[in-house]
Amino acid sequence: MYRYTDFDTAFLARRNAQFRAQVERRIDGSLTEDEFKPLRLMNGVYLQLHAYMLRVAIPYGTLNSAQMRQLAYLAERWDKGYGHFTTRQNIQYNWPKLRDIPDMLDALGAVGLHAIQTSGNTIRNTTADPFAGAAADEIADPRPLAELIRQWSTDHPEFQFLGRKFKIAITGSPKDRAVTKAHDIGLRLVEKDGEPGLQVLIGGGLGRTPMIGQVLRDFLPRADLLPYLEAVLATYNLLGRRDNKYKARIKITVHDHGIEQIRQLVEARFAEIRPDFTGADQALLADIEAQFAAPTFQSGDTAPYDTAYDNDPVFRSWADTNLARHRRADHAIVSISLKAHGETPGDASAAQMRTMADLAARYGYDELRISHEQNVILPHVHRADLPAVHAALKAQGLATANIGLISDIIACPGMDYCALATARSIPIAQEIATRFEDLKLEHDIGEMKIKISGCINACGHHHVGHIGILGLDRAGVENYQITLGGDGGPDATLGSRTGPGFPADEIVPAIERLMRAYLALRDGREETFLETYRRLGADPFKSALYDSARTKAA
Amino acid sequence: MTDTALKTRLEPAPETVLVTDSGFSLDDWTGPEHRSATLAPEDLTPDLVQNLAPRLPDLDLIRVPFASFADGRGFTLARALRRMGYRGRLRAVGHVLADQYAMARRAGFDEVEIDAALAARQPQEQWRARADWQAHDYQARLRGSRTAPRP
Ligand code: SF4
Repeated sequence: MYRYTDFDTAFLARRNAQFRAQVERRIDGSLTEDEFKPLRLMNGVYLQLHAYMLRVAIPYGTLNSAQMRQLAYLAERWDKGYGHFTTRQNIQYNWPKLRDIPDMLDALGAVGLHAIQTSGNTIRNTTADPFAGAAADEIADPRPLAELIRQWSTDHPEFQFLGRKFKIAITGSPKDRAVTKAHDIGLRLVEKDGEPGLQVLIGGGLGRTPMIGQVLRDFLPRADLLPYLEAVLATYNLLGRRDNKYKARIKITVHDHGIEQIRQLVEARFAEIRPDFTGADQALLADIEAQFAAPTFQSGDTAPYDTAYDNDPVFRSWADTNLARHRRADHAIVSISLKAHGETPGDASAAQMRTMADLAARYGYDELRISHEQNVILPHVHRADLPAVHAALKAQGLATANIGLISDIIACPGMDYCALATARSIPIAQEIATRFEDLKLEHDIGEMKIKISGCINACGHHHVGHIGILGLDRAGVENYQITLGGDGGPDATLGSRTGPGFPADEIVPAIERLMRAYLALRDGREETFLETYRRLGADPFKSALYDSARTKAA
Repeated sequence: MTDTALKTRLEPAPETVLVTDSGFSLDDWTGPEHRSATLAPEDLTPDLVQNLAPRLPDLDLIRVPFASFADGRGFTLARALRRMGYRGRLRAVGHVLADQYAMARRAGFDEVEIDAALAARQPQEQWRARADWQAHDYQARLRGSRTAPRP
């Protein structure tokens, strides 16, 4: 894992001191609220429905046990004892006081964490495959490049006041667990004739005008990454619209000008910028890469795993659902579900964070990841240690066996926290989870991604949910629209709307009808909901939704 | 603070204040108008640098407007002008915050021109606090050079 250099440490201390001064200048009136706003946003401070919110970056989703413990400390010391992990590999604290935030930032700085550029119209935290460095299906670990991008984008003088926010995601696996096609820039590690490089996608994004990213450059040599990114951002900074915030994202710029024109402008700009980079970045990258070297994996007998698997059905169910293939056969990738049935998706208490930190330190080579699905990952655990890990998780309510299942829901904060919300999303997620838990259908249904947003800004990524739920306000009453067939994988697809929405008390029964229709229609247990939907189209699911029950038109 | 001192010094108030690494001063540009260019916000497009290129050798001062501190196009423009080889004075004019001073310098501006009301609200210590813009600069580190070429 990356360890801060003296440069990083000094930079962060200075930056935190600046923000401390900015908070004081806001309080003494030197800065108007309008002027303070972009400064606090650049440091991760939002004004929410009830209070300020601090969003802390977990760069490319990677952290160690000391950092996780510090997140727990912040939750206890300055918040209400818990934190909320987001779909962009950040953690949010929903109840800090403005005057405490500089102290919180200093506490984060002590373990090499920050809240820089987690909001505002700038380049945000770069997200990456949470299984990076561990997955069996990976071409290369994307995190060294992600860290290089973190350094390049941090405090970049040209790009702190863009027309709109700008999100970059990177994956090293053809499985694409980073939803690269739904980002302003998506980067995919590829190889051409043995040379490592990147495929660059541009213009993806969800929100009110969802779009799938397009290929801007099919193969970019690795050494060209920073000048190329800079060319894209410089082009966008001058070309993107600034007159209407809903038309300001680069996806609209690409849509309005066409990918061809954008490519010409970017390539021309790239030719100008490339000579600025004389190789210092590549020397730094080599240092960064050395720090991401794989741990020295222990070997040894995996018999304790086999014994537990054969004898303990609870362990077996968890192992079947929550483990993923590690690149070493004697290790596994453990997904810790933050989606216990009936709880708030993505929330973790300080005690839970400490448990996860302890497990990482003891069994996981001191590594943790946050996934965009809002779960926590132990990327490397020897199979012999899995029964002990499972037992410790169970004691903290962290052993829910539902990864990738119907209750592993992504839900945005919605009306419970967000000032922009038009409907609640967390309670809907909780109700769906408890309903299917009661019905004992979850494992039978199998792979299912439900994603819920509380308004058209789509922070819950509902467009790419197998089932997407969008909460709207219809004349003061919550109304939930359903989309079907979305997919956030390598061939990202936007879901299609089924028809009129459902009131809050009818949305869960509607989802149940959909699931019962799927169970009746599927071609055996092997066929997932998404596959059945693709085979049969929307019609049978629409009739399940609308024919059978009394529904109110939206 | 020194607000009062500042106001006294600026009375009768000139309309604008020039900010450099050494703090506030009055505009000292005395060159002929044809050796300078004052851009308008609507000029800030991707074509601008190409259009301006033939004139660059004849210019000693370019004023780049900031209609709002939230409009960061001027930063990219400054970089592009420097990259094209412009070595004259480059000035950011308008609504630029003290907190943006380091960005402006790193992007290639030499100085910032702000109006007197902003100068009163953000006195010169707040700008001078950023005069060390060459320190803690990721860009310089990644490029192996100083961020912005200077005249
Ligand atoms: S989707 Fe809407 S309600 Fe949900 S977090 Fe985003 S802005 Fe808020």
